[in-house]
Amino acid sequence: MRTGISELASRLRKREISAVELTKTYINNIEKLNPTLNAYVHLTFDIALKAAEQADRMIKEDDAPLLCGIPMALKDNICTDGLPTTCCSKILDGFKPYYDATAWEKLKARGAVLLGKTNMDEFAMGSTSETSCYGAPLNPINTAYVTGGSSGGSAAVVCADLAVYSLGSDTGGSIRQPASFCGVVGLKPTYGAVSRYGLIAYGSSLDQIGPLTTSVKDAAIVFDAIKGGDKRDQTSVDHDYGASLAECLDRDVKGMRIGVAEEFFDGINPEIKSKIMEAVALFEKNGAIIENIRLPALKIALPVYYIIACAEASSNLGRYDGIRYGHRASSYTSIEDMIMKTRSEGFGDEVKRRIMLGTYVLSSGYYDAYYKKACLIREEINREFDAVFEKCDALIAPTAPNTAFPLNYKGASPVEIYLSDICTVPVNIAGIPAISVPCGEDSRGLPIGMQIIGNKFDEATVLQIANFYEQNSGIKAGVYEGGARA
Amino acid sequence: MNYEIVCGIETHVELATKTKIFCGCTTEFGGEPNTHCCPVCTGQPGSLPILNQKVVEYAIKAGLALNCKINTKSHMDRKNYVYPDLPKAYQISQYDEPLCEKGYIELDSGKRIGITRIHIEEDAGKLIHENGYTYIDYNRGGVPLIEIVSEPDISSAEEAKEYAEKLQLTMRYIGISDCKMQEGSMRCDVNLSLRKPGDPNFGVRTETKNINSLSFIQKAVMAEAERQADILDAGGTIVQQTMRYDEKTNSVAPMRDKENSDDYRYFPDPDILRFCIDDEKVEEIRASLPELPFDKLKRYINVLGLSEAIARQIFKYRKVAEFFEGALAEGASVKNAANLIVGTIFSNMDTEEEKELFDIRISASQFAALVKLADEKKINIGVAQSTLQKMLKSGKSVEEFIRPEDLVGISDETLENLCKEAIEANPKAAADVRNGKDKAINMMFGYIMKKTGGKADIRKAEALLRKLIGQ
Repeated sequence: MRTGISELASRLRKREISAVELTKTYINNIEKLNPTLNAYVHLTFDIALKAAEQADRMIKEDDAPLLCGIPMALKDNICTDGLPTTCCSKILDGFKPYYDATAWEKLKARGAVLLGKTNMDEFAMGSTSETSCYGAPLNPINTAYVTGGSSGGSAAVVCADLAVYSLGSDTGGSIRQPASFCGVVGLKPTYGAVSRYGLIAYGSSLDQIGPLTTSVKDAAIVFDAIKGGDKRDQTSVDHDYGASLAECLDRDVKGMRIGVAEEFFDGINPEIKSKIMEAVALFEKNGAIIENIRLPALKIALPVYYIIACAEASSNLGRYDGIRYGHRASSYTSIEDMIMKTRSEGFGDEVKRRIMLGTYVLSSGYYDAYYKKACLIREEINREFDAVFEKCDALIAPTAPNTAFPLNYKGASPVEIYLSDICTVPVNIAGIPAISVPCGEDSRGLPIGMQIIGNKFDEATVLQIANFYEQNSGIKAGVYEGGARA
Repeated sequence: MNYEIVCGIETHVELATKTKIFCGCTTEFGGEPNTHCCPVCTGQPGSLPILNQKVVEYAIKAGLALNCKINTKSHMDRKNYVYPDLPKAYQISQYDEPLCEKGYIELDSGKRIGITRIHIEEDAGKLIHENGYTYIDYNRGGVPLIEIVSEPDISSAEEAKEYAEKLQLTMRYIGISDCKMQEGSMRCDVNLSLRKPGDPNFGVRTETKNINSLSFIQKAVMAEAERQADILDAGGTIVQQTMRYDEKTNSVAPMRDKENSDDYRYFPDPDILRFCIDDEKVEEIRASLPELPFDKLKRYINVLGLSEAIARQIFKYRKVAEFFEGALAEGASVKNAANLIVGTIFSNMDTEEEKELFDIRISASQFAALVKLADEKKINIGVAQSTLQKMLKSGKSVEEFIRPEDLVGISDETLENLCKEAIEANPKAAADVRNGKDKAINMMFGYIMKKTGGKADIRKAEALLRKLIGQ
C-alpha cells in the first residue's frame, strides 16, 4: 500500500526525509515514467524544489500544516500564477495567468510542492483525455488503455506515484471516472464547497474542483484544505463542516441507510454490476440497511447534462478570440477574420462540437425546447434526490458503466462515449457530493470504481462510508510505488 | 403629408459607484489605458464576477425616483455577442427580470412618458483606432450602467428633449450619476417611427445613436422624422436600421444594418446567484431619497413664493438648490437669497456645467450672513451685490468687507437732510421732476449715493425726494 499524506507528513517531521529529498524522488519518478505516460504536460521542477526548501524551513519551525512539503499536481485548467495554464488547448498556448486559483492558493499557503500541471481533455470536454492538444495520457495500469477523463492526467500521476495527490475538476464525472479507470480515489465535492475562482470554466453551474488520491483519508485531508467560501466566487458556500473531516472518518456503517437505485445499473457491464453488488453485500453484512430506491428522472439526466454543460460552455469559451492571450492566427484580414481563424485553429473538434451544440440550444426558437426544458428537468432531478436523501444517508452506484476504453477507441459515434458519463452526471446536475473508490478489477485487470453519493454538504458521510469500504474490502488504491509497479 | 411621431428613448446611465459592477477596480473616468483593470473586468480565464451591491442599490434609487415598481426577485443574464471591446464575449445584463419596471416621467404638460424597465449591466471597453492599428482600453469595461427604456409615448422633438432633461436632472438629484452626455456617462438612443394620425399600427422604426447633448436629442428627432417623412411621401418604405446623428450637418445617416438576425442567446448567468430584495430594503432606500427635483420646483413656487423663472434657475442644479436651502436654514430670506444667487453668483458662471458644478468659495452660512444684513436693511442691495462679489473672489466672510460702522446705516433724519441738500444742489432736476421728467430724479440719487458711499436705501430716498419736491 502506498504511503499516505499523514505518514509522509510524520516522516518529514521526524526528519527521516526532507521535503527536498521527497520532491527529488518524485522528480525522478516523473523523469522515468512521464515520457511514456504523458500524464504531465507542464513540469515545474524549479518551483517545486524552491517550494520544498521553503517547506523544510516551515517544518523546522514546527507549525507546518499537514500538506506542507507534500509533492502534488494540478489539472491544467486550474490557474497558477506565472505558470502555464492551457486547458490542454492550442487556443491557450503560452497562457500564463497572473493570479492563482483559490484552491491552489490555499494549498500553496500550506506549503504544497507543485510538480506540474496534468494532462486533460481539452477544456475538460471528454471522457478519455484524448482530446488534449498534447496527446492522450496513458493508463499506468495498462498503457494500451485510456486514463479516462477529463482529469486523466491527474488520475494517472496519482496512480503511477508521480505525485502524492492531485487536484482535478469534475463537471460531469471528470474526477470520478478517471479515478475509477486508474484505480484511485476521486472526490467531487458539493457544488459550492470549493471555490471555482481560477478554475477555467467549462460548465459553470456544474464545475467543481476536488482531490484525486490513493486513499479516502488523503482525499479528506486535501478536501479539508481546499474547501470553504470565497469572496471571489459568489457560488461558493462557507459551509460549517464542524471538525476536520479527515479526523472523523472512522464510523461504522451499522444502521446507516444506503440506497441502491436500479436506474444506475441500466446497461452496466455485468462484471462491474457484480462488484458493486458485492460491496453492497459487504455493507449489509456490517449492519447497513439497504434501501431499494427509484430515481426515474435519471433516464434523461444525460441529455440534460449535455444541454446545460454545452450551453454554458458555448458562452464561457466565447472569450478565446486571440486578442488578449493565448494563440492568435498568424495571418488575417480584419478583426473578425482574426477571431474566426484563431478559433478555427485553436479549438479541437470535440470543443467545437460542444460549442455548436451549446449555441444551438440557446438560440432563439430552440431555447424553450432545449435549454429551458433541461433546466426544468434539472429541478425534477433535484427533487428526486432530495426525496431519496429523506430516507437514505447515501447512495451506492457504479462510477462508470465500463472500465477503461482502449486507446483510440472510436465508438459508433461521439454519443457512445457520452453514454459512459451516465452514472456520474446526475451528481453534477444535483450539485451533490460523490466519491469514486476502487472496488476490484475486471477480467482484463482494469480497475472498477464504485461511487458513493451523498446529500449536499454531507461529504462526511460519503467519506466515512468510503473509508469503511476501503478498510474492510481489502481493496487498495495505487499499484505503483517509487516509479514502478509494486 | 402629416405624420405622427412615435418615439421611445433608451438611456444608458453610468452609475457613480466607486468600484466596478463585478470587481473592485475604480470607475474613475480616464486614466492611462488598461490601468483600471483586473482579471475579472478583462475576462481572464477562471475569473468570476461578484455583483456590487451598491449598483443594485443605485438602480433601485433610480427606479423609485422614476415611479417604478421594484422587482423583489431578480437575476443577471448573459447577453452573448462577439466584439473586441467585450472581453468575455458576453455582457452581463438583465433580460427577463429587470430590477425595475413600469414607471413614468411626467412632462410639464402633465403627459406621462412611461418607463418600461430599468436594468443593470456592465459597460464595455473602448476601441482606439490609431496608425492603422486598433487598440483596446478596458478601463471602462465593467463600469456599472443602468439602461432606462421608455415606452414609445414620446410624440414630438420637444417632448423627447424634455423627457431626457427630466431624466438627467432626476438622476443627478438622487446622486447616482453625473449624467454628462459629452463624456458618455449618459447616452440616449432614439427609436422613432412615423404613422398617419389615428393609425393604430406602428411604422417601421429606426434607432438613432451618437447623440451627445440634450439639444441634439431634439434636433436628431426632427432630422430623423423629416428623413422618414420624405421617404414615405415619395412612396418609399423605411428600413429598420441603426442611424448615426451627425451634429455638424444636423443629419442622420445609416450606421450599420440593424441585424435582425442578432441572437444574443440570453441565459441566466450561472456565476451570479439570483438575488432577492426585501421590501424593507426598498423602503430604506426610498427613505434615503432626497426631495425630487420637480417636487422641489413646486415647493419653491407654491410654498416659498418664488417666481417660476427664478425657481427654475435654482432647482435645476442640485448643488445650487442645496446652497439656497442651506442659506434659508440659516435664516436668510427667500427673495434676497434667490435674487443674489441668480443675479450675482450666476453672473460669474457662463455655462451650464459651471452652474452644475457650482464650485464657489463661500459656504451657505457665509452667504446667509450677508443676505441677512440686506434682509435687515443694514446694507442695501447694491452693497450686498458688490460685497458678495468680493466674498466670492476671496472666500472671505462678510465681516472682512463691511465695517461695523457701515452697518449702522443712514438714519431717517440724515437721509431727509441729504434729500433736502440734493434738491438744493440740483434745482433744475427738481423742477424737471416736478414737471413730469421722471428720469431727472437720478441726478439727486447720484448726489445722495455719493455722499453716503452708496449706503442709502434708495427706495426710501426716492419716497422722501418725491415728498419734498411735492410731487
